[in-house]
Amino acid sequence: MSIIVENLTKKYGSQRAVDNISFEVKTGEIVGFLGPNGAGKTTTMKIITCFMAPSDGDVKVGGHSIHNNQEIIKKKIGYLPESNPLYYEMQILDYLRFVAELQGVPKNKIESRIIDMVRLTGLNDEKHKKIGELSKGYKQRVGLAQAMIHDPEILILDEPTTGLDPNQIVEIRKLIRELGREKTVILSTHILPEVEATCDRILIINKGKIVADGTSDLLKKQAQGEEVLKIQISEAESKDEVITSLQQLENISLVDPITESVNSYLVNSKVGSSSRKDIFQLCVNKNWVLTEMTPIETKLEDIFRQLTTN
Amino acid sequence: MKSIWIIAKRELNSFFDSLIAYILIIVFLGLSGFFTWLYGSDIFFIGQATLQPFFSIAYWTLFFFIPSLTMRMLAEERKSGTLELLLTKAISDWQVVLGKFLSVLLLIIIALILTLPYYFSIWSLGPIDHGAVWLGYFGMILMSMTFISIGLFASSITNNQIVSFLLSLFIGVFFLIIFDVLANSFTGTMGQFFSYLSLSTHYDSISRGVVDSKDIIYFASITFFGLLLAESVLSRRNIAD
Repeated sequence: MSIIVENLTKKYGSQRAVDNISFEVKTGEIVGFLGPNGAGKTTTMKIITCFMAPSDGDVKVGGHSIHNNQEIIKKKIGYLPESNPLYYEMQILDYLRFVAELQGVPKNKIESRIIDMVRLTGLNDEKHKKIGELSKGYKQRVGLAQAMIHDPEILILDEPTTGLDPNQIVEIRKLIRELGREKTVILSTHILPEVEATCDRILIINKGKIVADGTSDLLKKQAQGEEVLKIQISEAESKDEVITSLQQLENISLVDPITESVNSYLVNSKVGSSSRKDIFQLCVNKNWVLTEMTPIETKLEDIFRQLTTN
Repeated sequence: MKSIWIIAKRELNSFFDSLIAYILIIVFLGLSGFFTWLYGSDIFFIGQATLQPFFSIAYWTLFFFIPSLTMRMLAEERKSGTLELLLTKAISDWQVVLGKFLSVLLLIIIALILTLPYYFSIWSLGPIDHGAVWLGYFGMILMSMTFISIGLFASSITNNQIVSFLLSLFIGVFFLIIFDVLANSFTGTMGQFFSYLSLSTHYDSISRGVVDSKDIIYFASITFFGLLLAESVLSRRNIAD
Protein backbone atom coordinates (compact mmCIF):
# COMPACT_ATOMS: atom_id res chain seq x y z
CA MET A 1 0.00 0.00 0.00
CA SER A 2 1.55 3.25 -1.11
CA ILE A 3 1.47 6.71 0.40
CA ILE A 4 1.50 9.71 -1.89
CA VAL A 5 2.00 13.11 -0.35
CA GLU A 6 1.18 16.00 -2.64
CA ASN A 7 2.13 19.62 -1.94
CA LEU A 8 1.41 19.26 1.74
CA THR A 9 1.41 22.46 3.77
CA LYS A 10 0.54 23.01 7.40
CA LYS A 11 0.54 26.46 8.91
CA TYR A 12 0.49 27.31 12.59
CA GLY A 13 -0.44 30.94 12.50
CA SER A 14 2.04 32.49 10.13
CA GLN A 15 4.64 29.78 10.65
CA ARG A 16 4.80 26.99 8.11
CA ALA A 17 5.51 23.79 9.99
CA VAL A 18 5.29 21.84 6.77
CA ASP A 19 6.00 23.76 3.62
CA ASN A 20 4.71 22.36 0.35
CA ILE A 21 6.33 18.93 0.55
CA SER A 22 5.68 16.08 -1.86
CA PHE A 23 7.01 12.56 -1.76
CA GLU A 24 5.92 9.03 -2.39
CA VAL A 25 6.44 5.91 -0.34
CA LYS A 26 6.00 2.62 -2.15
CA THR A 27 4.72 -0.65 -0.74
CA GLY A 28 7.35 -2.50 1.21
CA GLU A 29 9.58 0.50 1.57
CA ILE A 30 11.02 1.63 4.89
CA VAL A 31 11.45 5.35 4.88
CA GLY A 32 13.21 7.26 7.60
CA PHE A 33 12.36 10.86 8.40
CA LEU A 34 15.38 12.70 9.63
CA GLY A 35 15.46 16.25 10.78
CA PRO A 36 16.24 18.53 13.69
CA ASN A 37 13.59 19.22 16.31
CA GLY A 38 10.70 21.21 14.95
CA ALA A 39 11.45 20.36 11.34
CA GLY A 40 7.93 19.12 10.63
CA LYS A 41 8.41 15.36 10.91
CA THR A 42 5.75 14.84 13.53
CA THR A 43 3.32 17.21 11.87
CA THR A 44 3.62 15.31 8.60
CA MET A 45 2.96 12.07 10.42
CA LYS A 46 -0.04 13.51 12.21
CA ILE A 47 -1.50 14.55 8.88
CA ILE A 48 -0.93 11.15 7.29
CA THR A 49 -2.62 9.45 10.23
CA CYS A 50 -5.67 11.73 9.90
CA PHE A 51 -5.19 13.33 13.31
CA MET A 52 -4.71 16.75 11.80
CA ALA A 53 -5.91 18.35 8.61
CA PRO A 54 -3.35 20.00 6.34
CA SER A 55 -3.72 23.67 5.47
CA ASP A 56 -3.19 22.72 1.87
CA GLY A 57 -2.37 19.69 -0.22
CA ASP A 58 -3.42 16.09 -0.04
CA VAL A 59 -2.22 12.70 1.13
CA LYS A 60 -3.37 9.56 -0.64
CA VAL A 61 -3.01 6.31 1.23
CA GLY A 62 -3.59 3.36 -1.08
CA GLY A 63 -5.54 5.66 -3.36
CA HIS A 64 -7.80 7.01 -0.58
CA SER A 65 -7.57 10.70 0.17
CA ILE A 66 -7.31 11.89 3.78
CA HIS A 67 -10.02 14.40 2.97
CA ASN A 68 -12.69 11.83 2.15
CA ASN A 69 -11.86 8.40 3.43
CA GLN A 70 -10.43 8.86 6.89
CA GLU A 71 -11.96 5.75 8.38
CA ILE A 72 -10.65 3.47 5.66
CA ILE A 73 -7.20 5.00 6.01
CA LYS A 74 -7.13 4.83 9.81
CA LYS A 75 -7.89 1.12 9.68
CA LYS A 76 -4.88 0.46 7.47
CA ILE A 77 -2.42 2.46 9.55
CA GLY A 78 -0.71 1.46 12.74
CA TYR A 79 0.52 4.58 14.51
CA LEU A 80 2.91 5.10 17.37
CA PRO A 81 2.66 8.77 18.40
CA GLU A 82 5.71 10.71 19.50
CA SER A 83 5.20 10.85 23.25
CA ASN A 84 3.72 7.34 23.29
CA PRO A 85 0.51 8.22 25.16
CA LEU A 86 -1.16 5.27 26.88
CA TYR A 87 -3.95 4.66 29.38
CA TYR A 88 -1.81 4.16 32.45
CA GLU A 89 -4.58 2.74 34.59
CA MET A 90 -5.24 -0.15 32.21
CA GLN A 91 -3.60 -3.55 32.21
CA ILE A 92 -1.51 -4.36 29.16
CA LEU A 93 -3.77 -7.17 28.02
CA ASP A 94 -6.96 -5.15 28.51
CA TYR A 95 -5.45 -2.27 26.65
CA LEU A 96 -4.35 -4.37 23.70
CA ARG A 97 -7.81 -5.94 23.60
CA PHE A 98 -9.40 -2.49 23.61
CA VAL A 99 -7.26 -1.32 20.68
CA ALA A 100 -7.83 -4.55 18.76
CA GLU A 101 -11.59 -4.19 19.15
CA LEU A 102 -11.49 -0.55 18.07
CA GLN A 103 -9.44 -1.40 15.01
CA GLY A 104 -11.96 -4.03 14.00
CA VAL A 105 -9.91 -7.18 14.51
CA PRO A 106 -12.39 -10.10 14.19
CA LYS A 107 -13.44 -11.46 17.58
CA ASN A 108 -12.03 -14.94 17.09
CA LYS A 109 -8.63 -13.53 16.17
CA ILE A 110 -8.25 -10.96 18.95
CA GLU A 111 -6.76 -13.32 21.55
CA SER A 112 -4.26 -14.86 19.16
CA ARG A 113 -3.19 -11.41 17.91
CA ILE A 114 -2.66 -10.25 21.49
CA ILE A 115 -0.55 -13.31 22.27
CA ASP A 116 1.50 -12.74 19.11
CA MET A 117 2.11 -9.09 19.92
CA VAL A 118 3.02 -9.77 23.54
CA ARG A 119 5.53 -12.37 22.39
CA LEU A 120 6.89 -10.24 19.57
CA THR A 121 7.53 -7.23 21.78
CA GLY A 122 8.82 -9.28 24.72
CA LEU A 123 6.08 -8.28 27.13
CA ASN A 124 5.22 -11.78 28.24
CA ASP A 125 6.46 -11.47 31.82
CA GLU A 126 4.78 -8.14 32.37
CA LYS A 127 1.48 -8.74 30.62
CA HIS A 128 -0.70 -8.60 33.73
CA LYS A 129 0.78 -5.36 34.99
CA LYS A 130 -0.84 -2.00 34.69
CA ILE A 131 0.75 0.16 32.01
CA GLY A 132 1.52 2.90 34.55
CA GLU A 133 3.73 0.49 36.50
CA LEU A 134 5.99 -0.26 33.54
CA SER A 135 9.37 1.27 32.85
CA LYS A 136 9.77 3.57 29.89
CA GLY A 137 11.16 0.89 27.61
CA TYR A 138 8.29 -1.45 28.36
CA LYS A 139 5.78 1.33 27.75
CA GLN A 140 7.43 1.87 24.40
CA ARG A 141 6.94 -1.81 23.63
CA VAL A 142 3.27 -1.54 24.54
CA GLY A 143 3.05 1.42 22.15
CA LEU A 144 4.59 -0.69 19.39
CA ALA A 145 2.33 -3.63 20.19
CA GLN A 146 -0.81 -1.51 19.96
CA ALA A 147 0.34 -0.03 16.67
CA MET A 148 0.80 -3.46 15.12
CA ILE A 149 -2.09 -5.33 16.71
CA HIS A 150 -4.45 -5.15 13.73
CA ASP A 151 -1.71 -6.19 11.30
CA PRO A 152 -1.83 -2.89 9.42
CA GLU A 153 -0.44 -2.48 5.95
CA ILE A 154 1.23 0.76 6.92
CA LEU A 155 3.20 1.49 10.06
CA ILE A 156 3.93 5.04 11.10
CA LEU A 157 6.34 5.17 14.01
CA ASP A 158 7.38 8.45 15.56
CA GLU A 159 10.71 7.79 17.26
CA PRO A 160 10.10 4.10 17.90
CA THR A 161 13.29 3.32 19.81
CA THR A 162 13.35 6.10 22.41
CA GLY A 163 13.72 4.74 25.90
CA LEU A 164 14.82 1.28 24.85
CA ASP A 165 18.07 -0.29 25.96
CA PRO A 166 20.68 -1.21 23.31
CA ASN A 167 19.56 -4.85 23.12
CA GLN A 168 15.96 -3.86 22.64
CA ILE A 169 16.93 -1.27 20.05
CA VAL A 170 18.62 -3.97 18.00
CA GLU A 171 15.56 -6.19 18.38
CA ILE A 172 13.12 -3.48 17.43
CA ARG A 173 15.20 -2.52 14.39
CA LYS A 174 15.27 -6.14 13.33
CA LEU A 175 11.53 -6.30 13.82
CA ILE A 176 10.98 -3.19 11.73
CA ARG A 177 13.17 -4.61 8.98
CA GLU A 178 11.17 -7.83 8.99
CA LEU A 179 7.87 -6.00 8.95
CA GLY A 180 9.14 -3.79 6.18
CA ARG A 181 9.30 -6.70 3.77
CA GLU A 182 5.54 -6.68 3.32
CA LYS A 183 4.50 -3.44 4.92
CA THR A 184 5.11 0.18 4.23
CA VAL A 185 6.92 1.79 7.12
CA ILE A 186 7.60 5.43 7.87
CA LEU A 187 9.67 6.12 10.94
CA SER A 188 11.16 9.25 12.33
CA THR A 189 14.25 9.48 14.45
CA HIS A 190 17.19 11.63 15.15
CA ILE A 191 19.48 8.72 15.82
CA LEU A 192 21.43 8.62 12.58
CA PRO A 193 22.85 5.08 12.76
CA GLU A 194 19.27 3.96 13.21
CA VAL A 195 18.18 5.18 9.80
CA GLU A 196 21.24 3.67 8.22
CA ALA A 197 20.53 0.37 9.91
CA THR A 198 16.82 0.14 9.21
CA CYS A 199 15.71 2.32 6.33
CA ASP A 200 15.73 1.76 2.60
CA ARG A 201 15.38 5.42 2.00
CA ILE A 202 16.05 8.60 3.91
CA LEU A 203 14.13 11.86 3.78
CA ILE A 204 15.89 14.72 5.48
CA ILE A 205 13.46 17.44 6.45
CA ASN A 206 14.46 20.88 7.57
CA LYS A 207 12.18 23.84 8.28
CA GLY A 208 9.23 22.09 6.71
CA LYS A 209 10.99 21.27 3.47
CA ILE A 210 12.59 18.12 2.13
CA VAL A 211 16.28 18.84 1.70
CA ALA A 212 17.48 15.37 0.75
CA ASP A 213 15.84 12.21 -0.49
CA GLY A 214 17.54 8.92 -1.29
CA THR A 215 19.30 5.85 0.06
CA SER A 216 22.05 6.48 2.58
CA ASP A 217 24.68 5.35 0.03
CA LEU A 218 23.34 7.74 -2.57
CA LEU A 219 23.33 10.63 -0.14
CA LYS A 220 26.87 9.87 0.89
CA LYS A 221 28.07 9.66 -2.68
CA GLN A 222 26.49 12.99 -3.49
CA ALA A 223 28.00 14.68 -0.50
CA GLN A 224 31.44 13.20 -1.03
CA GLY A 225 33.35 15.06 -3.73
CA GLU A 226 36.88 13.79 -3.36
CA GLU A 227 38.70 10.91 -1.76
CA VAL A 228 40.20 11.69 1.62
CA LEU A 229 42.78 9.36 3.15
CA LYS A 230 44.33 9.28 6.53
CA ILE A 231 47.84 7.88 6.30
CA GLN A 232 50.59 7.22 8.77
CA ILE A 233 54.18 6.93 7.63
CA SER A 234 56.99 6.04 9.96
CA GLU A 235 60.76 5.87 9.47
CA ALA A 236 60.80 8.98 7.30
CA GLU A 237 63.55 11.53 7.91
CA SER A 238 61.30 14.50 8.52
CA LYS A 239 57.72 15.56 8.26
CA ASP A 240 58.47 18.17 5.67
CA GLU A 241 60.09 15.72 3.35
CA VAL A 242 57.03 13.48 3.45
CA ILE A 243 54.76 16.40 2.74
CA THR A 244 56.76 17.69 -0.21
CA SER A 245 57.11 14.21 -1.71
CA LEU A 246 53.40 13.59 -1.34
CA GLN A 247 52.53 16.89 -2.92
CA GLN A 248 54.58 16.03 -5.95
CA LEU A 249 52.28 13.10 -6.73
CA GLU A 250 49.99 14.13 -9.57
CA ASN A 251 46.65 12.98 -8.12
CA ILE A 252 47.05 14.69 -4.79
CA SER A 253 45.59 18.12 -4.25
CA LEU A 254 46.26 18.72 -0.57
CA VAL A 255 48.37 17.27 2.21
CA ASP A 256 47.66 18.16 5.78
CA PRO A 257 49.77 16.95 8.69
CA ILE A 258 47.73 15.91 11.69
CA THR A 259 49.18 17.87 14.56
CA GLU A 260 48.23 15.50 17.38
CA SER A 261 50.15 12.67 15.86
CA VAL A 262 53.84 12.66 14.95
CA ASN A 263 53.61 11.03 11.58
CA SER A 264 49.98 11.09 10.38
CA TYR A 265 48.67 13.06 7.43
CA LEU A 266 45.34 13.80 5.80
CA VAL A 267 45.59 13.51 2.04
CA ASN A 268 42.96 14.87 -0.34
CA SER A 269 42.98 13.48 -3.85
CA LYS A 270 41.87 15.45 -6.86
CA VAL A 271 38.19 15.08 -7.77
CA GLY A 272 37.43 11.78 -9.49
CA SER A 273 40.81 10.19 -8.88
CA SER A 274 42.39 7.91 -6.33
CA SER A 275 45.92 8.22 -5.02
CA ARG A 276 46.20 5.11 -2.86
CA LYS A 277 48.37 3.25 -5.33
CA ASP A 278 50.73 6.19 -5.79
CA ILE A 279 51.18 6.69 -2.07
CA PHE A 280 52.06 3.04 -1.64
CA GLN A 281 54.57 3.19 -4.50
CA LEU A 282 56.13 6.32 -3.04
CA CYS A 283 56.64 4.65 0.31
CA VAL A 284 58.20 1.61 -1.33
CA ASN A 285 60.61 3.78 -3.34
CA LYS A 286 61.65 5.85 -0.34
CA ASN A 287 61.80 2.89 2.02
CA TRP A 288 59.25 4.37 4.34
CA VAL A 289 56.89 2.20 6.35
CA LEU A 290 53.24 2.81 5.66
CA THR A 291 51.58 1.89 8.93
CA GLU A 292 48.06 3.15 8.23
CA MET A 293 45.93 4.08 5.29
CA THR A 294 42.24 4.71 6.04
CA PRO A 295 39.73 6.19 3.63
CA ILE A 296 37.66 8.81 5.45
CA GLU A 297 34.00 8.55 4.51
CA THR A 298 31.53 11.34 4.70
CA LYS A 299 29.26 10.20 7.47
CA LEU A 300 25.51 10.66 7.51
CA GLU A 301 26.09 12.94 10.47
CA ASP A 302 28.09 15.29 8.28
CA ILE A 303 25.46 15.31 5.55
CA PHE A 304 22.79 15.90 8.11
CA ARG A 305 24.65 18.78 9.70
CA GLN A 306 25.53 20.26 6.37
CA LEU A 307 21.90 20.23 5.20
CA THR A 308 20.20 21.34 8.37
CA THR A 309 22.42 24.10 9.69
CA ASN A 310 22.68 27.41 7.96
CA MET B 1 -22.56 1.23 17.11
CA LYS B 2 -20.05 -1.43 18.11
CA SER B 3 -17.27 1.14 18.46
CA ILE B 4 -19.46 3.31 20.69
CA TRP B 5 -19.98 0.34 22.97
CA ILE B 6 -16.24 -0.47 23.02
CA ILE B 7 -15.47 3.07 24.18
CA ALA B 8 -18.28 3.05 26.72
CA LYS B 9 -17.18 -0.31 28.11
CA ARG B 10 -13.63 0.95 28.65
CA GLU B 11 -14.86 4.08 30.41
CA LEU B 12 -17.22 2.10 32.62
CA ASN B 13 -14.40 -0.27 33.56
CA SER B 14 -12.19 2.62 34.44
CA PHE B 15 -14.96 4.06 36.67
CA PHE B 16 -15.12 0.81 38.57
CA ASP B 17 -11.36 0.27 38.61
CA SER B 18 -10.60 3.69 39.99
CA LEU B 19 -13.20 3.65 42.80
CA ILE B 20 -14.98 6.65 41.24
CA ALA B 21 -18.03 4.51 40.63
CA TYR B 22 -18.16 3.15 44.19
CA ILE B 23 -17.67 6.53 45.79
CA LEU B 24 -20.34 8.04 43.59
CA ILE B 25 -22.85 5.30 44.30
CA ILE B 26 -22.23 5.26 48.05
CA VAL B 27 -22.42 9.03 48.40
CA PHE B 28 -25.43 9.23 46.13
CA LEU B 29 -27.29 6.53 48.05
CA GLY B 30 -26.17 7.96 51.38
CA LEU B 31 -27.18 11.53 50.66
CA SER B 32 -30.48 10.74 49.05
CA GLY B 33 -31.28 8.12 51.68
CA PHE B 34 -30.46 10.49 54.52
CA PHE B 35 -32.78 13.20 53.23
CA THR B 36 -35.47 10.77 52.15
CA TRP B 37 -35.72 8.87 55.42
CA LEU B 38 -34.07 10.75 58.23
CA TYR B 39 -33.80 14.47 57.93
CA GLY B 40 -35.62 17.60 56.78
CA SER B 41 -38.83 17.12 54.87
CA ASP B 42 -38.43 13.35 54.83
CA ILE B 43 -41.35 11.12 54.09
CA PHE B 44 -42.28 10.69 57.75
CA PHE B 45 -42.49 14.43 58.06
CA ILE B 46 -44.70 14.66 54.97
CA GLY B 47 -46.67 11.65 56.05
CA GLN B 48 -47.35 10.50 52.51
CA ALA B 49 -46.11 7.50 50.58
CA THR B 50 -44.28 9.45 47.94
CA LEU B 51 -40.79 9.46 46.47
CA GLN B 52 -40.88 13.22 46.01
CA PRO B 53 -38.28 14.01 48.73
CA PHE B 54 -35.91 11.53 47.09
CA PHE B 55 -36.31 13.06 43.67
CA SER B 56 -35.77 16.60 44.81
CA ILE B 57 -32.53 15.70 46.60
CA ALA B 58 -31.33 13.45 43.76
CA TYR B 59 -31.96 16.31 41.38
CA TRP B 60 -29.30 18.40 43.14
CA THR B 61 -26.90 15.57 43.86
CA LEU B 62 -26.78 14.65 40.21
CA PHE B 63 -26.24 18.28 39.27
CA PHE B 64 -22.93 18.13 41.19
CA PHE B 65 -22.01 14.54 40.50
CA ILE B 66 -22.33 14.49 36.74
CA PRO B 67 -19.75 17.24 36.11
CA SER B 68 -17.34 15.39 38.37
CA LEU B 69 -17.74 12.33 36.17
CA THR B 70 -17.59 14.10 32.83
CA MET B 71 -14.80 16.53 33.67
CA ARG B 72 -12.01 14.08 32.90
CA MET B 73 -13.64 12.46 29.88
CA LEU B 74 -12.00 14.52 27.14
CA ALA B 75 -9.85 16.95 29.14
CA GLU B 76 -7.66 14.18 30.52
CA GLU B 77 -7.32 12.48 27.15
CA ARG B 78 -6.26 15.77 25.65
CA LYS B 79 -3.74 16.40 28.39
CA SER B 80 -2.14 12.97 28.36
CA GLY B 81 -2.14 12.77 24.58
CA THR B 82 -4.28 9.64 24.45
CA LEU B 83 -6.78 11.65 22.43
CA GLU B 84 -4.36 11.37 19.52
CA LEU B 85 -4.20 7.64 20.03
CA LEU B 86 -7.98 7.36 20.13
CA LEU B 87 -8.74 9.60 17.19
CA THR B 88 -6.23 7.88 14.90
CA LYS B 89 -8.01 4.58 15.43
CA ALA B 90 -10.70 3.45 13.02
CA ILE B 91 -13.50 5.37 14.73
CA SER B 92 -15.16 8.69 14.16
CA ASP B 93 -15.23 11.63 16.53
CA TRP B 94 -18.95 11.06 17.01
CA GLN B 95 -18.36 7.52 18.18
CA VAL B 96 -15.86 8.76 20.76
CA VAL B 97 -18.27 11.38 22.12
CA LEU B 98 -21.26 9.04 22.12
CA GLY B 99 -19.27 6.27 23.78
CA LYS B 100 -18.27 8.55 26.61
CA PHE B 101 -21.82 9.86 26.90
CA LEU B 102 -23.17 6.34 27.13
CA SER B 103 -20.70 5.30 29.81
CA VAL B 104 -21.70 8.11 32.19
CA LEU B 105 -25.37 7.57 31.48
CA LEU B 106 -25.05 3.88 32.28
CA LEU B 107 -23.30 4.65 35.56
CA ILE B 108 -26.10 7.05 36.53
CA ILE B 109 -28.70 4.44 35.57
CA ILE B 110 -26.90 1.88 37.75
CA ALA B 111 -26.96 4.35 40.66
CA LEU B 112 -30.67 5.00 40.09
CA ILE B 113 -31.46 1.28 39.91
CA LEU B 114 -29.81 0.88 43.31
CA THR B 115 -32.33 3.35 44.76
CA LEU B 116 -35.23 1.12 43.78
CA PRO B 117 -35.30 -0.38 47.33
CA TYR B 118 -36.44 3.07 48.51
CA TYR B 119 -39.37 2.75 46.14
CA PHE B 120 -40.26 -0.74 47.37
CA SER B 121 -39.95 0.29 51.02
CA ILE B 122 -42.22 3.26 50.60
CA TRP B 123 -44.62 1.13 48.61
CA SER B 124 -44.90 -1.20 51.58
CA LEU B 125 -45.68 1.76 53.84
CA GLY B 126 -48.72 2.98 52.01
CA PRO B 127 -50.47 3.56 48.72
CA ILE B 128 -48.03 5.05 46.24
CA ASP B 129 -48.58 6.66 42.86
CA HIS B 130 -46.62 4.26 40.67
CA GLY B 131 -46.94 6.45 37.59
CA ALA B 132 -45.38 9.40 39.37
CA VAL B 133 -42.47 7.26 40.58
CA TRP B 134 -41.60 5.90 37.16
CA LEU B 135 -41.99 9.30 35.57
CA GLY B 136 -39.76 10.69 38.29
CA TYR B 137 -37.06 8.20 37.34
CA PHE B 138 -37.66 8.95 33.67
CA GLY B 139 -37.22 12.67 34.35
CA MET B 140 -34.03 11.94 36.30
CA ILE B 141 -32.58 10.12 33.31
CA LEU B 142 -33.57 12.89 30.90
CA MET B 143 -32.02 15.46 33.18
CA SER B 144 -28.84 13.40 33.52
CA MET B 145 -28.54 13.17 29.75
CA THR B 146 -28.70 16.93 29.52
CA PHE B 147 -26.03 17.45 32.15
CA ILE B 148 -23.77 14.77 30.71
CA SER B 149 -23.80 16.41 27.31
CA ILE B 150 -23.10 19.81 28.85
CA GLY B 151 -20.28 18.24 30.86
CA LEU B 152 -18.79 16.60 27.79
CA PHE B 153 -18.81 19.88 25.96
CA ALA B 154 -17.08 21.59 28.90
CA SER B 155 -14.54 18.78 28.97
CA SER B 156 -13.88 19.03 25.25
CA ILE B 157 -12.72 22.62 25.21
CA THR B 158 -10.00 22.45 27.85
CA ASN B 159 -7.27 20.13 29.07
CA ASN B 160 -7.78 21.18 32.67
CA GLN B 161 -10.23 19.08 34.61
CA ILE B 162 -11.01 21.77 37.18
CA VAL B 163 -11.87 24.26 34.47
CA SER B 164 -14.06 21.66 32.85
CA PHE B 165 -15.84 20.91 36.15
CA LEU B 166 -16.49 24.55 36.98
CA LEU B 167 -17.58 25.37 33.46
CA SER B 168 -20.16 22.62 33.37
CA LEU B 169 -21.50 23.71 36.77
CA PHE B 170 -21.66 27.25 35.46
CA ILE B 171 -23.61 26.26 32.36
CA GLY B 172 -25.76 23.95 34.46
CA VAL B 173 -26.69 26.73 36.88
CA PHE B 174 -28.16 28.69 34.00
CA PHE B 175 -30.49 25.88 33.06
CA LEU B 176 -31.29 24.99 36.63
CA ILE B 177 -31.74 28.39 38.30
CA ILE B 178 -30.91 31.49 36.31
CA PHE B 179 -33.35 30.96 33.44
CA ASP B 180 -36.01 30.28 36.02
CA VAL B 181 -35.27 33.52 37.86
CA LEU B 182 -35.24 35.45 34.59
CA ALA B 183 -38.53 33.87 33.61
CA ASN B 184 -40.10 35.21 36.78
CA SER B 185 -38.73 38.71 36.33
CA PHE B 186 -39.85 39.10 32.74
CA THR B 187 -43.37 39.04 31.45
CA GLY B 188 -44.81 38.24 28.07
CA THR B 189 -42.76 36.60 25.35
CA MET B 190 -39.44 37.05 27.14
CA GLY B 191 -40.85 35.43 30.24
CA GLN B 192 -42.18 32.52 28.24
CA PHE B 193 -38.89 32.17 26.42
CA PHE B 194 -36.87 31.93 29.62
CA SER B 195 -39.43 29.70 31.21
CA TYR B 196 -39.10 27.38 28.23
CA LEU B 197 -35.31 27.38 28.54
CA SER B 198 -35.43 26.61 32.25
CA LEU B 199 -34.78 22.98 32.98
CA SER B 200 -36.83 22.99 36.17
CA THR B 201 -40.02 23.93 34.29
CA HIS B 202 -39.75 20.81 32.18
CA TYR B 203 -38.55 18.60 34.97
CA ASP B 204 -41.42 19.67 37.22
CA SER B 205 -44.01 19.00 34.61
CA ILE B 206 -42.65 15.50 34.04
CA SER B 207 -42.36 14.70 37.73
CA ARG B 208 -45.94 15.90 38.24
CA GLY B 209 -46.91 13.05 35.95
CA VAL B 210 -47.53 14.97 32.75
CA VAL B 211 -45.43 13.81 29.84
CA ASP B 212 -45.60 16.31 27.05
CA SER B 213 -43.67 15.81 23.84
CA LYS B 214 -42.55 19.43 24.32
CA ASP B 215 -40.58 18.46 27.43
CA ILE B 216 -38.98 15.47 25.81
CA ILE B 217 -38.01 17.55 22.79
CA TYR B 218 -36.47 20.07 25.20
CA PHE B 219 -34.23 17.54 26.93
CA ALA B 220 -33.37 15.75 23.71
CA SER B 221 -32.41 18.93 21.93
CA ILE B 222 -30.14 20.23 24.70
CA THR B 223 -28.49 16.82 24.88
CA PHE B 224 -28.01 16.74 21.14
CA PHE B 225 -26.74 20.29 21.05
CA GLY B 226 -24.19 19.64 23.81
CA LEU B 227 -22.91 16.53 22.08
CA LEU B 228 -22.79 18.32 18.75
CA LEU B 229 -20.68 21.09 20.28
CA ALA B 230 -18.34 18.57 21.89
CA GLU B 231 -17.97 16.72 18.61
CA SER B 232 -17.29 19.87 16.64
CA VAL B 233 -14.64 20.97 19.14
CA LEU B 234 -12.95 17.60 18.68
CA SER B 235 -13.10 17.77 14.91
CA ARG B 236 -11.94 21.36 14.81
CA ARG B 237 -8.39 20.00 14.54
CA ASN B 238 -9.56 18.62 11.22
CA ILE B 239 -10.61 21.90 9.73
CA ALA B 240 -7.94 23.39 7.55
CA ASP B 241 -7.04 26.91 8.51
